[in-house]
Amino acid sequence: MNIPILSSLIFLPTIGAIFIFFSRSKNEKYNSSKYVALFITIANFFLSIYLWLIFDQSTSDFQFVETREWIPGFINYKVGVDGISILFIILTTFITPICVVSVNKTIKSRLKDFLISILLLETLMIGVFCSLDLVIFYLFFEGGLIPMFLIIGIWGGERRVYSAFKFFLFTLLGSVLMLVAIISIYWLTGTTDVVKLYEIGIDAKYQNLLWLAFFSSFAVKTPMWPVHTWLPDAHVEAPTAGSVILAAILLKMAGYGFLRFSIGLFPIGSEYFVPLVYILSLIAIIYTSLVALMQEDMKKLIAYSSVAHMGFVTLGIFTLTQQGLEGSIFQMISHGLVSAALFLCVGVVYERMHTRLIKDYGGLVSIMPKYAIVFMIFALGSLSLPGTSGFIGEFLILMGAFKKNFLVATVASVGVILGAAYILWLYKRVIFGKIKNQEVTKMLDLNKHEILILWSLAVPIIFFGFYPEPLINTMEVSINNLIDMYNSNLSNNIVMSK
Amino acid sequence: MNIDLNLIFPEIFLSLSIMSLLMIGVFKKNSSNLIFNLSILTLFILAALILNLSSVNKILIFNNSYVIDDVANFMKILTAISAIFVLSISTDFLKSLKIYQIEYPILILCSILGMMVMISSNDLIVFYIGLELQSLALYVLAAFNRDNVLSSESGLKYFVLSALSSGLLLYGCSLIYGFTGSTNFNEIANNTNQVPYGLTFGIVFILVGLAFKISAVPFHMWAPDVYQGSPTSVTLFFALVPKIAATCVFIRFLYVPFVNMIEQWQMIIIFISIASMIFGAIAAIGQKNLKRLIAYSSIGHMGYSLAGIATGSSEGAQSTIIYITIYVIMNLALFCCLFMLKRNNEYFENIEDLSGLSKNHPILSLSLLIILFSLAGIPPLAGFFAKFYIFMAVIEQSMFFLAIIGLLSTVVAAFYYLRIIKIIYFDPSKEKYDSNHSLGLRISLIVSTIFLVFYFTYPNSLLGIISKINII
Repeated sequence: MNIPILSSLIFLPTIGAIFIFFSRSKNEKYNSSKYVALFITIANFFLSIYLWLIFDQSTSDFQFVETREWIPGFINYKVGVDGISILFIILTTFITPICVVSVNKTIKSRLKDFLISILLLETLMIGVFCSLDLVIFYLFFEGGLIPMFLIIGIWGGERRVYSAFKFFLFTLLGSVLMLVAIISIYWLTGTTDVVKLYEIGIDAKYQNLLWLAFFSSFAVKTPMWPVHTWLPDAHVEAPTAGSVILAAILLKMAGYGFLRFSIGLFPIGSEYFVPLVYILSLIAIIYTSLVALMQEDMKKLIAYSSVAHMGFVTLGIFTLTQQGLEGSIFQMISHGLVSAALFLCVGVVYERMHTRLIKDYGGLVSIMPKYAIVFMIFALGSLSLPGTSGFIGEFLILMGAFKKNFLVATVASVGVILGAAYILWLYKRVIFGKIKNQEVTKMLDLNKHEILILWSLAVPIIFFGFYPEPLINTMEVSINNLIDMYNSNLSNNIVMSK
Repeated sequence: MNIDLNLIFPEIFLSLSIMSLLMIGVFKKNSSNLIFNLSILTLFILAALILNLSSVNKILIFNNSYVIDDVANFMKILTAISAIFVLSISTDFLKSLKIYQIEYPILILCSILGMMVMISSNDLIVFYIGLELQSLALYVLAAFNRDNVLSSESGLKYFVLSALSSGLLLYGCSLIYGFTGSTNFNEIANNTNQVPYGLTFGIVFILVGLAFKISAVPFHMWAPDVYQGSPTSVTLFFALVPKIAATCVFIRFLYVPFVNMIEQWQMIIIFISIASMIFGAIAAIGQKNLKRLIAYSSIGHMGYSLAGIATGSSEGAQSTIIYITIYVIMNLALFCCLFMLKRNNEYFENIEDLSGLSKNHPILSLSLLIILFSLAGIPPLAGFFAKFYIFMAVIEQSMFFLAIIGLLSTVVAAFYYLRIIKIIYFDPSKEKYDSNHSLGLRISLIVSTIFLVFYFTYPNSLLGIISKINII
């Protein structure tokens, strides 16, 4: 295989963005640009599916590795995928075309700029999941701030400026410490190549500090309590497509970072800080679920639910059991689909009523029956009913947690109940009940466009709920390898310290 | 002796051109255009002549008082090239202010000559001569728009404060001479095995004087007023070109005569660096005038470039050179944008004037977006790499405190850059600006912006050249 398939995956959207940048349109609508963007993103999706098909599931090595000299003797441009990252790449390439389709009505001005931002963001997101060099990873990770800042700031709601600034500065503040850690790793070991670092290992006495530096970045991005406050603001103000990308993919970059770097590179640090992560995750699960219960704004409610779900993810990752890790990845994929779908659902009614307050709705079931059905599927997916993908994820995470710590797992299980409470209550208030607001009666049910988008998200949620095998098989070998590496590093260190 | 003269041929050529340009300007009526073009040509030839010398490895001439080496050649070429850009993008501006006169390019050439002497100096006296030559030309330039009160004020202010700093510097030089018995850098280095207190004072005075020249905290007070008051084209020159020379002198002083006294100066440089980074970031937040904001942001940037030198390592000095190069390009691009904010022969320089620029001028605002994110140091733009190399060098010396403070102040600094981007992109639009800019201005903006965007594809372009530079 001489075709650089990963690089084409990464840079195809950029080429599309450049093409759109130079294209001109007679009218202000730029319809043709939308088709270009759609074509590029769908092509990228099929490319990633092809990647998945030829991906060898029986090995934990990185595949399709490309190495190019970038700064000679210092940093190489190195990309590759294993069973963990390939799933996130597919999630990214799957969600992006949906975003492009969904801009149909929501983006009223400067569609061309919006599409360019989305495409550049896709490049950066895929880059994050592919990169096998810390510096390259940092470039992609941080670069994503620029398009997202613009998406929130230009096309957002009323308080968009505040939210965009908060998003940007919070994330940047978290990341600069990671940069210090990356440079320190270079001077400690002489390389920033992740594969080599896995082999060499990092001196045990530095691991705790380095782990904290990486954690500061990922915790903001995940987001974990107490640095989660940027997320509700960013979600509420971002346009629907922006919220979708943010919830579905950007948050997963941190979860992926925990797996790839925190656990992979700093096993001793991870082991040391497990209690911290447990506590923060439990607070995220319980506290933000309670906060979500009290929200009056639909988008804010879903944003808080994202924090709670990501709390499950961090909990699962740091159980450091096979079930926990598999569950976390599954939960991330599933949450990517479900939260994207929920934001799109809110977007649908927001376009019609221009309000996101729950109290303005009620009784939608008789007006918009098709909408009520899909919304039901996603609400059930969010509360992880058996038969939806959310169930598999949460179930595995809790299994892993029970293995490690009974108390933590019990508390986390309460979060499942709370999760059901807020989403069902939301559903009840919006869909059922009497019609209080006469404006609601004028609303139209889903058009073909929306049906297509929402069902394309509903199908995988149900499919993977009943048949999780493809995902589990893909990640299993890599996860086993990760845990083996983790345990052997840990036991080596105990032997050495004795 | 003959060889010596060959080696300073660029300087001789420059002085001869200055004299002949002055003659042409005086005796030929309405020759501003001609003088401008000839000056640019002179600078091109100058750059070519220095490039021609770059094969020469470190040579000391004139009784070891003048040095030709890689650092000097690189910095001189950078100076010449940035001066070319300065001259070619400021013509429109000067014309509309009706100060398109022959003295302007000639004064710039004079100060370039001074900088070249500074950069190559290996002796306290030669250094001082170069410094004064460039400063005198700069005083006049600051007050060049002499009918404008602000410009005259800033010229006077710059003169008084700069003269004070020169005085301190001279006092430092005399202390150094008194305690080491020599004005030659290499001999000073040999005679500093034991450090009397007087010598430490000498170093402090010299560092204070140099910090004045690059407007580092706590000797920065002149910069915002002078930047705001001077004509924008002069501000552009101030913000870029003298800093190249002053940084080079900083490196030269710390790495040659004071190399054995690193314990004495390291703390001072670290303090100046941290103070500049923090102050530059915080003070810029409340600014309303773009030129003032650039002044504060350049104070911050000088803090980062000093952080590289503070390591005392060869990598540190190289990272500073990279930083200053990328800094020059970023600010050049920023000033290009500033020159484009023109409506009916009136230039606008308040941040509010940028409001909603993206509606009417998409390309200009896209360039501004790139430039500002690059100044904020967001990857993958060139400004990130500038900071990256600095922090590579800093962390190599395990100076984590400096690195973390530096990186945290980038977050604070990001705030005010974001504020400008917000005003450009998120705020309601105002009237259109003129779009009939000169070709030089457009080309400069496009070239520098493209450099900022695509630097990451081939970072070795700059690093490869600079990593070969042998500092000591």
